[in-house]
Amino acid sequence: MARLLFLGKLADLAGGAEREVAAGPLDQVLAALEPDLALALLDERVRTALNGELVGERALVLGEDDELAFLPPVSGG
Amino acid sequence: MAADVRLCTAAFDHAAELERFARAHQQAGGVVSFLGQVRADGAVEALELQHYAPLTLPGMEALGAAVLARWPLDGLLILHRSGAMLPGDPIVLVAAAARHRRDAFAAADYAMDHLKSESWFWKREKAGGTWRWVEPRAEDYADKARWG
Repeated sequence: MARLLFLGKLADLAGGAEREVAAGPLDQVLAALEPDLALALLDERVRTALNGELVGERALVLGEDDELAFLPPVSGG
Repeated sequence: MAADVRLCTAAFDHAAELERFARAHQQAGGVVSFLGQVRADGAVEALELQHYAPLTLPGMEALGAAVLARWPLDGLLILHRSGAMLPGDPIVLVAAAARHRRDAFAAADYAMDHLKSESWFWKREKAGGTWRWVEPRAEDYADKARWG
């Protein structure tokens, strides 16, 4: 299994801050999610971090125990 | 000299922090500070900041290093809260100590603009009993763009 993390408002949409998913290609992982959540995660302003490191490439394959975080636009300060 | 950069998961005493910072940098002729606090205007009941541990503090430290590389400072302090806060609570404290005041003003200004628009924080506000995520503001991006 792999784990998806949802930051900010994405957690509300996902109904929780994280979710266990079957490892595999990211497009297959996203296709198995609720359509509105998958659409929000595909927003080009949403950045991703694989195991704590920012990744620009979305053609990822999630391995066992990988953690992929979805980071919406920030609003700090 | 390294910046003093901290991600605080509990309230910090901004007055004590600033006093200690100024005392630690007495060779500096000027200390400029910015304190951001939760607005107590009656509308917002609570504010919560979320961070992402693998990126948030490393990003703040990189910002501190960038500020030190850009201005000749004697000291730099960056404190940022995460977690739940109430109106009046401090959110962020930035202080820059320099031989000349203009460097200190500019460094603190730059640090704040980049904290607002680049740091890995997500903010939500509670008003009327309902939590609402705060969207990034165009002004924050424009503020950062001033620095090129």
